[in-house]
Amino acid sequence: MIHLDNVTKRFPGGQEALSGLSIEVQKGEMVFVTGHSGAGKSTLLRLIAVIERPTSGQVIVDKQNTRRVKRRKIPAYRRQIGMVFQDHKLLYDRPVFDNVALPLIIAGVSHRDAGRRVRAALDQVGLLHKEKQNPQTCSAGEQQRVGIARAIVTRPKVLIADEPTGNLDPELSLEVMRIFRRFNEVGVTLLIASHDISLIDRLGCRRIALEDGRLRQEVDPWQ
Amino acid sequence: MAVTRNSDAVTPVRSSSAFSIWLTRHANSSVGALGHLSRQPFSSLMIVLVIAVTLALPAAINVVVKNAQSISGGWENALDFSVYLRLDVSVSEAEGIARLIGQRADVESVNLVTAEAALTEFKDQSGFGAALDQLGDNPLPHALVVRPSPGNTDASLTLLQEEIGNLPESELVQVDTEWVQRFQAILDIVRQAIAIGSALLGIAIVVVIGNTIRLDIENRREEIEVTKLIGASNAFVRRPFLWTGFWYGLLGGSLALVLVQYGLYLLKDPLARLAGLYQGNITVAALDLNESSVIIGAAVFLGLFASWITAARHMRRIEPR
Repeated sequence: MIHLDNVTKRFPGGQEALSGLSIEVQKGEMVFVTGHSGAGKSTLLRLIAVIERPTSGQVIVDKQNTRRVKRRKIPAYRRQIGMVFQDHKLLYDRPVFDNVALPLIIAGVSHRDAGRRVRAALDQVGLLHKEKQNPQTCSAGEQQRVGIARAIVTRPKVLIADEPTGNLDPELSLEVMRIFRRFNEVGVTLLIASHDISLIDRLGCRRIALEDGRLRQEVDPWQ
Repeated sequence: MAVTRNSDAVTPVRSSSAFSIWLTRHANSSVGALGHLSRQPFSSLMIVLVIAVTLALPAAINVVVKNAQSISGGWENALDFSVYLRLDVSVSEAEGIARLIGQRADVESVNLVTAEAALTEFKDQSGFGAALDQLGDNPLPHALVVRPSPGNTDASLTLLQEEIGNLPESELVQVDTEWVQRFQAILDIVRQAIAIGSALLGIAIVVVIGNTIRLDIENRREEIEVTKLIGASNAFVRRPFLWTGFWYGLLGGSLALVLVQYGLYLLKDPLARLAGLYQGNITVAALDLNESSVIIGAAVFLGLFASWITAARHMRRIEPR
């Protein structure tokens, strides 16, 4: 589903965030990317979301080579991927419901049709009762769950998350990971950047460790 | 999961027609933009007022010119000129000449004022009756008052006057109505000045709306970044700003109309008094439907144009980081 082939990302300053990285994430897998800050986790996810383009090598997501996604087609490409961010990236001038509905509105679904799907998404993250609240009045864990609901409301096949539990205490982190787990069980492919190794070990998922933009080790609990 | 041709469509979402999706999006953003304006009523009102005053100015001058033209248009029909015949021309000769000129295609009518008639009229009106009685001979010549036909241009009128002046019997051709032509020429200049002024004011409106929208975009930068990050196209993030420009134009144009019509309403009584003093019949023509739609149309166009170029310039620069 996600395939990186010898990918190098060099920034204008000459600094290399990724050096010849090759990884493979199968359809329906839930994979973690670990490593210290600066190891290249975020860059990897940004390449998948086409926020950045690789300097060399191929990034292929669901048979689409991101190199061939034209600038004009980037929005349509991004709508096929669910994205969760460490800082949630919610809009605080509108209630929870509107935040979750945004991807549907972008896709041209009317407010009325969107309602059912927004409530289903909020229900999945356990926030159905908060739909009218402003995200600012929600706790950090709840805000992250709003962000997750927004990422899955269009039912993407791929979900990427950058340090989704970075600002959460262990208990809330586990709750967020359980939500991800449930999506994985219904067939969503997930790639999650995190440095919380003890938490990842409890989930028993494959783990890709990065160091200085290179693959350091792969841990697969099933092998 | 191939990228669809319509850059905004998400395939698995639903099967509505592209048109109804387009309509839904526009309905959402037009109402949204209006809501956005109403949430900051004071600054929105200021912008609308600036647009309205800027548009009302040339529109009002245009109305004044239009009215001046319709008043002087009444005089234009009276482009009559007088032809004084030589003193040795007899009444019957004068009648013949009058008939001859009257047959020309570019002449509507010819009125012969004989020397006797002119003298009688002069005696009656000048108050020199007794003094004139002392004169043995009538010193006045026969005269023709020529009314050119309406189809004449300035050039053909001059030609007509020259040709009549060149007749052996004519002594002098006197055109009393040149000032009407001068007045028309002045109105033409004023009208052109309005056109130039309107263009400049139009640029001013574009700058004002453009700048407002630019600030608006800056204020909503984070929102734009986030929506782009989750898959909004440039067209999607631009749409609310286009609608904002549209509403500014529509509201500003409508207010301009109200201002002009109210101004004319205030002028109605003084003008009626003036008309009474001149025993004239002046009716003030307000903006008709055509002119009103031109003003509103121009305002909407300027609003859309300004927001379009501003949004297009700035949207591309705001990319998620």
